[in-house]
Amino acid sequence: MVTSGPAATNMVTPLCDAFMDSIPMVCITGQVATTAIGTDAFQECDTIGITRSVTKHNELIMRAEDIPMAVRQAFHIATTGRPGPVLLDVPKDILINTMEWNWPTDQEVLDALPGYRTVMEGDAKQIKAAAKLLLSSERPVLYLGGGVLKARAAEAVKELAEMLQAPVVTTLMARGAFPDNHPLCYGMPGMHGNATAITAMQKADLLCALGARFDDRVTGKVAGFAPEAKIIHVDIDPAEQGKVRKPDVPLTGDCRIIVEEIIKAIKELQAAGTAQVDITPWRSRVNGWREQFPLVYEPSEPGARLKPQFCLERLRDLAPAGTIVCAGVGQHQMWTSLFWEFNEPYTWVNSGGLGTMGFSVPAAIGAKAGQPDKTVWAIDGDGCFQMTAQELVTATTEGIHVKIAILNNTYLGMVRQWQEMFYGERYSEVDLAGCPDFVKWAEAMGCVGIRVESPEEIDAAIERANSINDRSVVIEFRVEEFEKVFPMVPAGAANDDVLLHPMQESRREFLK
Amino acid sequence: MNTLNTNNPYGDSHKHHILSVIVQNRPGVLARVSGLFARRGYNIYSLAVAPSYDADFSRITMVVDISATPLEQIVQQLFKLIDVVEITELNPRTSVEREMLMASIEVEGDRRAQVVDLAGMFEAKVLDVGSASLTISLDDTPEKLDDFEELLRGYGIVESQRTGRVALPKLEREAPKGVTKGKAS
Repeated sequence: MVTSGPAATNMVTPLCDAFMDSIPMVCITGQVATTAIGTDAFQECDTIGITRSVTKHNELIMRAEDIPMAVRQAFHIATTGRPGPVLLDVPKDILINTMEWNWPTDQEVLDALPGYRTVMEGDAKQIKAAAKLLLSSERPVLYLGGGVLKARAAEAVKELAEMLQAPVVTTLMARGAFPDNHPLCYGMPGMHGNATAITAMQKADLLCALGARFDDRVTGKVAGFAPEAKIIHVDIDPAEQGKVRKPDVPLTGDCRIIVEEIIKAIKELQAAGTAQVDITPWRSRVNGWREQFPLVYEPSEPGARLKPQFCLERLRDLAPAGTIVCAGVGQHQMWTSLFWEFNEPYTWVNSGGLGTMGFSVPAAIGAKAGQPDKTVWAIDGDGCFQMTAQELVTATTEGIHVKIAILNNTYLGMVRQWQEMFYGERYSEVDLAGCPDFVKWAEAMGCVGIRVESPEEIDAAIERANSINDRSVVIEFRVEEFEKVFPMVPAGAANDDVLLHPMQESRREFLK
Repeated sequence: MNTLNTNNPYGDSHKHHILSVIVQNRPGVLARVSGLFARRGYNIYSLAVAPSYDADFSRITMVVDISATPLEQIVQQLFKLIDVVEITELNPRTSVEREMLMASIEVEGDRRAQVVDLAGMFEAKVLDVGSASLTISLDDTPEKLDDFEELLRGYGIVESQRTGRVALPKLEREAPKGVTKGKAS
């Protein structure tokens, strides 16, 4: 809930972030009085026009008596179907006018939205086709996207994966939807995915996409993506079918319901004598990749700056069970997604589609407000932290105690990595050596500030942060400036051309 | 409007389709539709909007270019707009189409009589007569309009305006193909 004009324009990024990641959100903006609309009044802006393309729906309310219906519709639209942000723009006079109280029934809400219906159940014929394809494929991969979490489908998906013993990959938005410590979980695919997940998708003969949208960061060059794979595409948004890759079996509907129906259909087929094709050769091939290409990094030299991956491993291993992890955008986000072990759904909060730097501090505050009993760690970069650190003042004021780990490499690291690898080391606007003293800054905002510069200080600092429950804590880890995220599929390249960590590049031939 | 072919303002007829879209008659609905096309890079050849038989709903008739984006994708994206209630793809064989053309021509003497004759043959109307000019309107099928416009061109069109086509399915014929109604996300 924000006011008009500049407050509304400040909401554009959060709305777009929520739109890209299908996050349900209702935003109420103030507007100048109805009589002043269109006159360039003080703090007037065309909020509806500005936010039209970053919301699932938006509406300007022109009469007080329309507020109840608009609010009910907003929550209905935001939370059903493919979730997304809805904005209501409420002029000043409408807010202070009086009205006859009314509260529309569910039916009245639906009747007022004749163009909005959500299909939940999948087509029975296609479900059967999906079940047959899953049983007859020699190299299946379950490709999980954020939709699995939106649909509360994690349990059903686990049952399906175990029933088929099929490899599972979880995209950036689906980390935690399938436990990382499960033997069938092969982690994150995509531009900075691990080599096994990427290659398993490339070599698959069937990709079963569950609530995933074939994002360019997952597919790489579309023409070279999973060339031999047939596609089952389960998505609640009909417009996702065939948007990027034409599915062999399109299934529009709720992911949980459809996966449960597929499980039922598989059981029926099995009862009728259809056995699953033996996929153990495929499993052992994928496991071979996992053995050959674990996540690696070179340990830090004595006296040198810390390795960000090592800091993350310690944060991960010392975190209390059920910790919620938030991240900003950039190298630290990719390392967190790669090195953290997400074993429960809804423990990972990050900005996927829009890639909004500065996401982690406010996201952590939101996560802690929603789950006050859980430890919330925000893993942040020094660039990101400087964008939204001031929200820690709110955290202090409101008594919402979060923990922030800044992996400070004094660079906009991901941009620096691209400039090094693809732009001939012509570094531009990425050097943040003049960044502020994060410890003093944290203290000024009422937080505990800790700086960690050597490996032996790491555990003590993390344990201290974990033990502080009456204020927020900021740990600044001084990490290696030139560390790069590997593996990496260069932009525009096919996933087969993934760049492995230099330590593994000599073993590339095993990736067949 | 994008002219790919001088004889047919709609370009290659295999690459364009007519969509008849029923929308809730609410403020900004046209901006939503046109904004969607702009944002996703879809091409519209023509667009006509007016209230339908029911004042709560408007009918948008649009001719869309499917050379770059498959029709299903355009329809599905359009249908995600909350205000879009129904989308029908109109098959030219089972629907009636009309469009109107207005043209001002500077023409004198014999040539003027020729234009009036031409208008008569096409059953066009002469709306305004000046000492050295004529304004003519014709409503007919888009193809007839193409022919008429081409012939008028020889006489010197000063200004012309076409409305874009409007269309309705013929009743009691085979069902129009591709009705998308009441499902969205």
